[in-house]
Amino acid sequence: MVEKRNRVGLITLNRPSVRNALSTQLMRELLAALESLAGDNEVGAVVITGGPKFFSAGADIKEMSEKTLVEAYLADMGRFWDAVGDYPKPLIAAVNGYAYGGGLEMVLACDIVVCSEDAKFGQPEINIGVFPGAGGTQRLPRIVGKYRAMEMILTGRPISAQEAYMLGLANRVVPAESVLDHALGIASEIASKSPIAVRLAKEAVKAAFNTTLDAGLLFEHRLFYMAFGSEDKVEGMAAFLEKREPKFKGR
Amino acid sequence: MEYAEITYTVDGGVARITLNRPSVLNAISDRMAREFSDALRVSASDTGVRVVVVTGAGRGFSAGEDLNELMEHRRRVGALDMGERLRKKYNPIILQMVSTPKPIIASVNGVAAGAGFSLVLASDLRLASDKASFIPAFSRVGLAPDSGISFFLPRVMGYARSLGALFTGEPIDAQTAERLGLVNRVVKHEDLEGASLELARRLAEGPSLAYSYAKRAVNYALNHSLEEALEYEASLQSVAGRTEDHSEALTAFIEKRKPTFKGK
Repeated sequence: MVEKRNRVGLITLNRPSVRNALSTQLMRELLAALESLAGDNEVGAVVITGGPKFFSAGADIKEMSEKTLVEAYLADMGRFWDAVGDYPKPLIAAVNGYAYGGGLEMVLACDIVVCSEDAKFGQPEINIGVFPGAGGTQRLPRIVGKYRAMEMILTGRPISAQEAYMLGLANRVVPAESVLDHALGIASEIASKSPIAVRLAKEAVKAAFNTTLDAGLLFEHRLFYMAFGSEDKVEGMAAFLEKREPKFKGR
Repeated sequence: MEYAEITYTVDGGVARITLNRPSVLNAISDRMAREFSDALRVSASDTGVRVVVVTGAGRGFSAGEDLNELMEHRRRVGALDMGERLRKKYNPIILQMVSTPKPIIASVNGVAAGAGFSLVLASDLRLASDKASFIPAFSRVGLAPDSGISFFLPRVMGYARSLGALFTGEPIDAQTAERLGLVNRVVKHEDLEGASLELARRLAEGPSLAYSYAKRAVNYALNHSLEEALEYEASLQSVAGRTEDHSEALTAFIEKRKPTFKGK
């Protein structure tokens, strides 16, 4: 389900009967929704939620159990998450209830995470004879560190919202009823900034996880100078000096 | 689930859970713990229940962990990991009591020892009979304090008094408990049931959502900084401000009548 609220796109995973299990069909729809919002100049940020009860129970195990090696290889589900990770606009995960397996991997591919007090995060794949295969083994240690990631991935035990907060896996833990509000609030705050600057900033921060400090700094400096080419930079600085609110146009 | 060691009744929005092994002062067997947890779960999901009262059958509230059962376990399987027992048996119950949005009233009819004392401390309101007593008995059996008592006790009566109580394991009588703030009120033994039900009914007619916000906010504030608590209050208020109960209360105020709360 896709909606637009002000300058924010809102995508709701909507297979409640199977706790938002991530079937191929759902992932296709999610990617299509992301793509349409990516091309929409009226949208400055995107919130992904699973609704009020759970974010996602993870991959569709029924669907997966029938797959052979060749089928899994050809379907290459992992690339869905790569597309989420490479998304140009800020993605905010609004997590109520649990985000397990592929559900957590989707959260890890987002940029900001707001969760409810009763949220739970886990990579339980080890319990069914596999392990996280959609970015979990790579993204989780980059966020919570090697040892905590190993514990989560090797034992399959989920962690609570409070633990997730302490580990830096969640930006905010808020009452369940206001998770979406908080996520939308952060999203619309971001959407009020210069879309060019936001996009460059996201690219630069992402580079921090992918490269050496020297190369990353060089990349950052280059992107920074690029921002000087935008009308939004001229407007933003003028507004600051004139003590008024800037009007960004995304140019 | 069939209950054999507790009783569970619902009347007029009030659920009553009675620990029911009077011959052993309602010592908490594994079975009783499972039943108690199930009853909490049922009461939390039953929209007809707005308040939960917990009390004990017979002379005592609860003697705490069932030591006879514990001995039997040891005979059967040898040394037990008591920590694992806590994680499975008591910790989930304590968290359940604190996280259930409905007010829980402990109606303490007699002795509350060990984990039985913890159940009182994990309740939101506590009425005690003048015959009640509270025994933090852990050190007397060579054990560490458990089931939340080390968390709750110093928050109620401070560091030194908590350790005094935990070191000696001596009973705290009802009057002292009232003075220390361990209970809201002490009433004559024969008036306890009536007073507990009256309090429960009054709460059952009140704005149940607002109570749930209060319970959550206070529990949150006990574990967070002022900044975090203020932010949490604001988040809850955003939610509360959109409820029908709030609109109804405002309208009733302007129309100078009593509001009718629906819990929506």
